[in-house]
Amino acid sequence: MEIIPLGDSALIVRMRERFDDAPEQTLDTVLRAFQQIKNALIPGVIELAPAYTSVSVFFDPIIVAKAAEKPDKAFDWLAMRIRGAAAAGVDRGKTVRSRSRTVEIPVCYDSEFALDIDDVARRAELSPGKVIRLHSAAKYRVACIGFVPGFTFLAGLPKELATPRRKVPRKQIPPGSVGIGGDQTGIYPLRSPGGWNLIGRTPLRLFDPHKSPPTFLRAGDRVRFREISRDEFEDFTHRQES
Amino acid sequence: MSLFVERAGFLTSVQDLGRMGLRQFGVSPGGALDSFGLRVANLLVGNEEGAAGLEITLGGLQLRFDDERLVAWCGGEFEVRIGSKPLPVGHVAHLGTGERLKFGRPQMGCRSWLAVSGGIDVPSTLGSRSTDLRAGFGGWEGRALRDGDVLTLHAWPGSSIPATGVSSWGAPHDWVSPAKPEPVLRFVRGVDWNRFNPSTIQRLTSEAFAVSADSDRMGARLEGPELKRVDESDLISEAVAPGTIQVPPNGKPILLLGDCQTIGGYPKIAHVITVDLGVAAQLRAGDQVRFSEVSLTDAHRLLIERERQLELFRVGLSLHDS
Repeated sequence: MEIIPLGDSALIVRMRERFDDAPEQTLDTVLRAFQQIKNALIPGVIELAPAYTSVSVFFDPIIVAKAAEKPDKAFDWLAMRIRGAAAAGVDRGKTVRSRSRTVEIPVCYDSEFALDIDDVARRAELSPGKVIRLHSAAKYRVACIGFVPGFTFLAGLPKELATPRRKVPRKQIPPGSVGIGGDQTGIYPLRSPGGWNLIGRTPLRLFDPHKSPPTFLRAGDRVRFREISRDEFEDFTHRQES
Repeated sequence: MSLFVERAGFLTSVQDLGRMGLRQFGVSPGGALDSFGLRVANLLVGNEEGAAGLEITLGGLQLRFDDERLVAWCGGEFEVRIGSKPLPVGHVAHLGTGERLKFGRPQMGCRSWLAVSGGIDVPSTLGSRSTDLRAGFGGWEGRALRDGDVLTLHAWPGSSIPATGVSSWGAPHDWVSPAKPEPVLRFVRGVDWNRFNPSTIQRLTSEAFAVSADSDRMGARLEGPELKRVDESDLISEAVAPGTIQVPPNGKPILLLGDCQTIGGYPKIAHVITVDLGVAAQLRAGDQVRFSEVSLTDAHRLLIERERQLELFRVGLSLHDS
């Protein structure tokens, strides 16, 4: 575990150096640390966020300095408290694992939504149909939610489907678009620019600022994609709106 | 209890101190890019520090109210007038019903924050009244203000300050007017400091960078000496924060501001300290900026000292009102 300042009001708790060699174990370790640090209710800590190999901790230096009693040792004091909290969680991997939900995400791979599926297929030397079968059969896990509100990064993409990001990003990607960026797959929850290769779309609303929490998915969730037809997509969209 | 936006200007949005606790869902705090400036403006008009106000970019705003209000503003060197009367930065004015408040173009800097007594009454979304302009939620209909918008204000019980005119006293000038020609932003070493060689670090700390036109509330893109990394290996995405200076492969640093993304995969060479974020929020295209290193302890000491001064100011204001 390494604790590094991220400016004067945040720090990064790096739990592992690598992610790809053991995504499952890394995520469990990171989510466990996230939970333990949160539960420790350390004075001055404002919020935490997990991402791949690390947990970021945002804090109010004024409150931390007061709690530390020596203002010039605020960071050291906080780092010590975080270290203690994260260490207390060791060997509790099972709790995190059992708490991870499995969520099914309906995806329509209709050609109108799958603007880049031919590029993905060509690169993988597979038919578009095979790309869809591979993509919808794999088991994924939410490695991180971030960058923009609700953007979901999923680990577990079959290696054959890995495709570099598009050289020229699109200016507007419709909400619900499912894409491939490098060796990850992900879902754009909001209309935004983006460079991932689009292969389908989910009718689920993954980010809603009027809900608490605002995202449908959380880091650590296990995700399966279920292929749906265009009719089902339209039905679903219609039902969600009404 | 309404605020009439006669002219919305270049980019004006409702902002408070931002939304906390949502980074795990990809939502950055946003809020006033100079949260300290908004806090001071709010205190001046007798509001809670976190009341929603307006963030005005490059001016052009003209508004009036349908009742009496106190107003105060902090930020760049804007020419602000009530009718034809100037309203200096960091002073309080009592605006009569129907009187016009106008923000001209700034001589220096680029943003200002206006507080109105009572505060702007827009619904709280995810715990804040700030507008998330990129994601399109919060604030006033999730967007920047337009000509003709009518915003509701919270009730204001009135004050003992005379019914017209501008206060002769004001808040400390360096708090309310952070714009500087060629500012030096102080930073602490970044998470990836060691991924840069000494000559790159030398460039960061000795040369001037120019703010590119491609800058917004997410960040200021900087042109100037190229910052080269020691190794080009891909980094695993992790948290970034307002103040983070990240270096993409083209070697042109980006100074992240309040609306920045929550995570990033570019190396983080440095982080501008919290007390200087208000100065950073004034950078506009073409400005020159320099950087100088301070210790984390100094960054904390400066922040604690500023907070102590603000507390004294708060006490002073309450004596003034009573």
